[in-house]
Amino acid sequence: MPKVSMTVNGKPASGEVEGRTLLVEFIRENLGLTGTHVGCDTSQCGACVVHVDGRAVKSCTMLAAEADGAQVSTIEGMAAADGTLNPIQQAFQDHHGLQCGFCTPGMVMSAAALLAENPRPSEAEVRDYLEGNICRCTGYHNIVKAIMAASGQDVGQIAAE
Amino acid sequence: MPMDGGIGAATKRREDVRFLTGTGNYTDDINMRGQAYVHFLRSDVAHGRITAIDTGVAEGMPGVVRIFTGADFEGVGGIPCGWQVTDRFGAPMQEPAHPVLAQGKVRHVGDPIAAVVAETREQARDAAEAIAVEIEELPAVVDMKAALEDGATKVHDDLTSNLCYDWGFVEDNRDSVDAAIKGAAHVTTLELVNQRLVANPMEPRVAVGDYNRASDDSTLYTTSQNPHVIRLLMGAFVLGIPEHKLRVVAPDVGGGFGSKIFHYAEEAFVTFAAKALNRPVKWTASRSEAFISDAHGRDHVTKIELALDKDNNFVAIRTHTLANMGAYLSTFAPSVPTYLHGTLMAGNYKTPNIYVNVKAVFTNTVAVDAYRGAGRPEASYQIERVIDKAARELGVDPIALRRQNFITEFPYATPVAVEYDTGDYVATMDKLEEIADIKSFAARRAESEKRGKLRGFGVNCYIEACGIAPSSLVGQLGARAGLYESATVRVNATGGITVMTGSHSHGQGHETSFAQVVAEMIGIDANMVEIVHGDTARVPMGMGTYGSRSLAVGGSAMVRATEKIINKARKIAAHLMEASEADIVLKDGQFSVAGTDKSVAWGDVTLAAYVPHNYPLEEIEPGLEETAFYDPSNFTYPSGAYACEVEIDPETGKVTIERFSAADDFGNIVNPMIVDGQVHGGIAQGIGQALLEHCVYDEDGQLVTGSYMDYAMPRADDLPFYTVDHSCQTPCTHNPLGVKGCGEAGAIGSPPSVVNAVIDALQSGGYKVDHIDMPVSPSRVWQAMQG
Repeated sequence: MPKVSMTVNGKPASGEVEGRTLLVEFIRENLGLTGTHVGCDTSQCGACVVHVDGRAVKSCTMLAAEADGAQVSTIEGMAAADGTLNPIQQAFQDHHGLQCGFCTPGMVMSAAALLAENPRPSEAEVRDYLEGNICRCTGYHNIVKAIMAASGQDVGQIAAE
Repeated sequence: MPMDGGIGAATKRREDVRFLTGTGNYTDDINMRGQAYVHFLRSDVAHGRITAIDTGVAEGMPGVVRIFTGADFEGVGGIPCGWQVTDRFGAPMQEPAHPVLAQGKVRHVGDPIAAVVAETREQARDAAEAIAVEIEELPAVVDMKAALEDGATKVHDDLTSNLCYDWGFVEDNRDSVDAAIKGAAHVTTLELVNQRLVANPMEPRVAVGDYNRASDDSTLYTTSQNPHVIRLLMGAFVLGIPEHKLRVVAPDVGGGFGSKIFHYAEEAFVTFAAKALNRPVKWTASRSEAFISDAHGRDHVTKIELALDKDNNFVAIRTHTLANMGAYLSTFAPSVPTYLHGTLMAGNYKTPNIYVNVKAVFTNTVAVDAYRGAGRPEASYQIERVIDKAARELGVDPIALRRQNFITEFPYATPVAVEYDTGDYVATMDKLEEIADIKSFAARRAESEKRGKLRGFGVNCYIEACGIAPSSLVGQLGARAGLYESATVRVNATGGITVMTGSHSHGQGHETSFAQVVAEMIGIDANMVEIVHGDTARVPMGMGTYGSRSLAVGGSAMVRATEKIINKARKIAAHLMEASEADIVLKDGQFSVAGTDKSVAWGDVTLAAYVPHNYPLEEIEPGLEETAFYDPSNFTYPSGAYACEVEIDPETGKVTIERFSAADDFGNIVNPMIVDGQVHGGIAQGIGQALLEHCVYDEDGQLVTGSYMDYAMPRADDLPFYTVDHSCQTPCTHNPLGVKGCGEAGAIGSPPSVVNAVIDALQSGGYKVDHIDMPVSPSRVWQAMQG
C-alpha cells in the first residue's frame, strides 16, 4: 500500500493507505483524531470539514493520497496548547451554538475559514457560507449568532439567546 | 435572580468543551482490540421471496471472517414491539415477526439479508458485493389505501391482511359525535397528508458488540436514547441474555429525535456475532444506509371534520387517519398514531365531542415510529389547519375563533381521556401577538406587495402531552414497559456528588441542567455535581429520553433521591451539632441550628458519613447514597402559540420564512438558554417539514429520497432568526420541579402556522387556495396558483 505523509495540526503524520482511502478515514482511523466526523456519504453535511493548506475541505471528498505533503488542520488543533478555546470555539459555547456536538467540528472549521476570508460577515453571508454544513439540533440560530459574535460584532439585538 | 449555576440560570454547558475540541466520545470513536467489521447486504427490492443465497465466492475473499444469513438466526428471537394496541372491536393488533436477518422474504428496500464480518470495513463491503442472492420479486405494497383493498398483496403472508389495527377513540363516543356533527350549524372538512419524514440525527447509527469469554458477559456500545430499554428488549426478547450478563453503553450520541429510541436488528447482530466469533464486531451506518434502516416518522393520511354551532363554538371533531407502519412494527410504532395522537385531539379547545379513528397499515417500506413530537404534531396539524379553514369559511378572524374556544379553566378533562393540569392559552396568545408584532403586519404586507411579493401571516396553538408517562395508565393502554425514571445520588466523602440518571442526553445538555437542580437544592457550586448517564453498568435503571420526559420524570427522580440525601445529611448534622433534627436548616451548603450560630459545612457532614467516628450509628448507616424511582401521576401539558410570516414569490412559488415567533408555556425553567435552543431546533424541524422535507417512495417501493442530495434537510439559509419567549409559566402541579418539558414543542407547534401563513398569503393575492399539502414546495405553490 502506498505511504502518505502530511503535517496535521503542526505535527508530522504518515501511514500506509489504500488508494481508495479517504482523507477523513486516514484522520480518524490511522491518526485516531476522531473529532472529525462523518455524517453523510454524498459530501452534503460538512461534519468532516478540515483545512488543507489553509482551505476548508470536506475530508470525505478527498483521498488521503491527495493530501500527501499538505498542511492539514483539524478541530483538535483549534484550541491553544493550554486548552484555551479559540474565539470561535468560545463563541459557540457562549451562545449555545451546539447541542449534540456532532456537526460542531465541521461548523467550527467552516466558520474559521469564513472569518479568514470575510472578517465581519453579515447574517446573510454567514447563512450562505454554511450552505454545506447541516445541523439538525440548533435550527442554526445560535450558530449564526456565535459566528457573528466571534467576528466581533454585537449580537445583542438578535432576538432570543 | 437565580442562584449562580442554580435553577433558572442560563449556565453555559459544561459538555460543550469536549464537543468543541473534538474530544467527545461517540460510538464510532470506539475501537476495540481485535475488532472485526460487519457490512449488511440489504435488499434492493421492496418485496420478494429469497430463493437462494450463495455465499461461496464471498467466503473466500480476503479478510472475511464469517458470513451470516437468516438461517443462522433460526431459534433466535425477533425484534420485539413494545406496545400492543387493542382495536375497536377488542382484539389485539396484528403483530408480525421481525427477524434480525430476513427469513424467506424481504419486505422493504434495506431489509438485511446477510451480514459479512471481515477484518476491515472495506473487505466486508467488497465481500458483500460477491454474495449472490436470488429473489423472486412480488408486487410492492406502497400506497396505504391500496394496501387495504380486498385482494391486495400481503406484506406478511401469515397475517389476515395489511391492517395492523382499526382503532377507535373513544369508541363509545362514536355515535354521539356523529349526531353532534349532523346537528351542527357548520362543518368544515379538510383532507390532508402529514408526510413521511426521516429523523436524520447528524450522527448515523453505530453499534459495537463485545464479548468476554472469561465472564460470559456481553457489552453493546450503541447510539441509543435509552440503553436500559435496549438491554431489556434485546436481552430478554432477542438473544436471551440476562440483564446481569449484558451491559449496554450509549456514550456521546449525536442527536436522536426519536429515531434512536428503538431497538434495531443491527444492535442484536453485533452482540450475537461478538459472542459467536469471540471478538468485537463493529457496524457503522453510512447515511445512505440510515435512510433505509432508521425508523421513519409521521406518514399519516387524514380526513378531519370540525363542527361548530351557530355562535362558532366548537361542538365536535371527527377524524379518520391511515397511519403507515411500514413493513415491521418498530418498538413504539403502534402507540404513535393512537395514544400519542388521539389523546391530543382536543388541542387547546373546549370541544365536547371528539372521535378519532386510526387504521394502521403495513406496507413494503421502512418501519415508521416516533419522530420528534410523535403523534402530537399530527394532531396539532389537523386541528390548527381545520380551524383556519373554518375561520375563512365563516369569515371570522382565526385568532378570535381560537380565543373564543380556548379552554380557560383547569384542571380540564378532555373527551379524549386526558386531564390538563394547568395552562393559560390566553396568556400565550397575548404574548404571541406582542412578540410577533401583529399590529404592524399590514404595513409589512404593503411593503412586500410593493416589491411584487405576497405576504401571509399564520398562527397556531399547540398542546402536547409530555413527561411520558404514568406506568399504570400506559399499561392499560398497551405499553409493555413502565415509564418511570430512576436516579442514584452518590455523595462522595469530600462532598462532591455523582448523579446517575436513567435519562439520556444526546444534545439536551443534561450534564449542565441536571447539575443545576442538585446544586440549588443543596446550595453548593454546580461544579461539585457530576451527571452520569448512558451506561447500564453505572446507572441502576432507566427508561431513557424521549417524549420530552427527561426533566419532568428523570429530573423528578433525581429530586426525590436528593431529598433523601438531604434528610439523611440533616440527621448527621444534628448529631454533629448535638441538636434536634427538627431545628436543622440547610442553606448555601451549610447546616445550621435555627436560632443559634452553630453550623457545619456540607463537606463536614459528608466526611462524617464516610469517616463515622462521631456518628449516630444506632440510627443510620454510614455512607451517603440514595436511589429514587419516580413514576409520574399524569402527563405534563406544555402549550403555546406560534406565528409565522411568509413571503411568496408569485413568479416561482418559492416561500420564504420572514419571521417566526413562539410563545411557549413550559412551566418552570431550569436553564433558559438550553430551553431556547430546544425550541429553535424544534422550529427548524417543523419548518423543514412544512417547506422542505419529504421521504418519497415510488410505486415499486424504491426510496427516491435516499440521500441528502434528494431529501431536503433545512440549511442555514432556509431559516430566519426566531423570536422565542417562555415567560408565560403555569407550573406543572404534579411533579416536584413544576416543569413540563420543552424538547418537542417547536416541531409540534410550527408546521401549521407555516402552512396557514402560506394560505393567507395566497388568499391575499386573490388565489382561492384553501390547502396545500406539506412540504409546501415551490412547485406545489405554483401549481396551486395556476388553479
